[in-house]
Amino acid sequence: MTTAAEPLPRRRVSPLTRAWAFVRRHTLTLFGVLALAYLMLPIVVVIVFSFNDPAGRYNYTWEGFTTTHWTNPFGPAFLGDAVWTSIKVAIVATIVATVLGTLIALALVRYHFRGRGATNFLIFVPLTAPEIVLGASLLTLFLNLGAVLGIWTIIIAHIMFCISFVVVTVRARLVGFDRHVEEAAMDLGANEYVTFYRITLPLIAPGILAGALLAFSLSIDDFVITSFNSGTTTTFPLFVWSTAQRGVPAEVNVIGTMIFGVAILLMLGNVLLQYRRTPKGAA
Amino acid sequence: MSFLHRHSWLIPYLLLAPGLAFLLLFFVVPLYYLGYTSLQEGTVQVGYTFNWAWDNYSKAFSDYQAQFFRSLQYAGIATILALLISYPLTYWIAFRGGRWKNLLLLCIIAPFFVTYLIRTLAWQNILADDGFVVNSLQLVGLVPDDGRVLATSTAVIAGITYNFLPFMALPLYVSLEQIDKSLIEAAKDLYASSTKAFLRVTLPLSLPGVIAGTLLTFIPAAGDFINAELLGTPNQAMVGNVIQSKFLEITDYGQAAALSVILMAVILVLILVYTRLLGTERMAG
Repeated sequence: MTTAAEPLPRRRVSPLTRAWAFVRRHTLTLFGVLALAYLMLPIVVVIVFSFNDPAGRYNYTWEGFTTTHWTNPFGPAFLGDAVWTSIKVAIVATIVATVLGTLIALALVRYHFRGRGATNFLIFVPLTAPEIVLGASLLTLFLNLGAVLGIWTIIIAHIMFCISFVVVTVRARLVGFDRHVEEAAMDLGANEYVTFYRITLPLIAPGILAGALLAFSLSIDDFVITSFNSGTTTTFPLFVWSTAQRGVPAEVNVIGTMIFGVAILLMLGNVLLQYRRTPKGAA
Repeated sequence: MSFLHRHSWLIPYLLLAPGLAFLLLFFVVPLYYLGYTSLQEGTVQVGYTFNWAWDNYSKAFSDYQAQFFRSLQYAGIATILALLISYPLTYWIAFRGGRWKNLLLLCIIAPFFVTYLIRTLAWQNILADDGFVVNSLQLVGLVPDDGRVLATSTAVIAGITYNFLPFMALPLYVSLEQIDKSLIEAAKDLYASSTKAFLRVTLPLSLPGVIAGTLLTFIPAAGDFINAELLGTPNQAMVGNVIQSKFLEITDYGQAAALSVILMAVILVLILVYTRLLGTERMAG
């Protein structure tokens, strides 16, 4: 297949048009590179300032290079606890949301049933509702029921907003699923359960994993909904918020960089896998 | 097993039941309680009672309409800016990215992997009074010598634009990437200029992405309070700041809930318009 950008041979193209096309093509490239630089700038700042040696409490201006914060990232009081709480919440919320969301995705892709539209709508609205409304409404539920706010109310909130993301992610992978493979297994004498565990599950596993990773990163990053339902429990983003007024310790940048590094490695791995799976010339 | 064989119509409902029950209990029911709380009066000391306190709404709106309209204004400007930045960027990746597409796409979502609060705090560093950005803006005269960027509406809008840009870029990329390139080729074969081919073929085909991106950016932006808090002053407070402080600091639950209901209502209207335009199936996929 030829690309659209190349002029077709049967059209005569004047040098002027060609020069204009050249300029335009590179304007776009220049813009793209600048836009990417803009997107990368704050990330670079976060990483650079994790090596800063701030003079006072405020980590705003560059004072000098140090690796102190990297050797003891959990130094500041309560920071370690906050990170540990975030991890516990994210693990539980991810597992529950992935199971519930995968089941919904299976139902939506493989069956036709009454109430499909309503189900789609119920999945879609939490994705688009502003976080502040999700957080505030959950808080009013807990307040009116007299529930004690803490790690369990945070976990409930996180499961709630992660389910829809898992459904959407898993469903996207399920749509391209070739059901003939399952039929073949059944023809060869496998019953429904064996077919599911030996054929279906391994094939949709990448989709489930992608959904789980998304849920985990959403959970570990969430501030708005958590702030409404945390009570006195502190997660990592809540810790950052509470220190924002009186100076954020540079260790926060270290942990932010670590989270970023892990996420990027996972995504890069995924991208590389896709490159390897794509046959040559099919891109 | 045999029961399920005889009643196979039950299977999808059994698969849906646990997840939907959770969403009903912790997403739909809370919305009911939000409405219920918005009609309550009282204080923490004497407790809150439900007495159809409609004046929560009228007072919330009359006291905070400045913040409300500011939210819509900031979110609107930020959405337009995000569109102006994302469209050429995603167009570039979708049409010229070649084998680097996935890697470039990863660059777009990379900001998402830095904790929201931390990347907003990074903008505090970047826009700081004696920083590189402000100094260069002062040099070219865009900012007066004693002027600043941080703690202005410019900083808040810049922060919102940055933080929600991937929500705009991803749906845009998906719709641009799906465009059948031979259609554009065909337009050029029929002697359309590049500009005309773009305006008559590419742009209309990418409109679903534009609509999706616009809503996905505008909605969270209108409810945001982090950028106004970290990059602005109380003069830049948005409706989110009011809701947050009324719920968590002043415990004026009635008015806070009323403001949340108003915000949600505006957004539901937007979603319904969108549903009419595109249909649910395509939205959620």
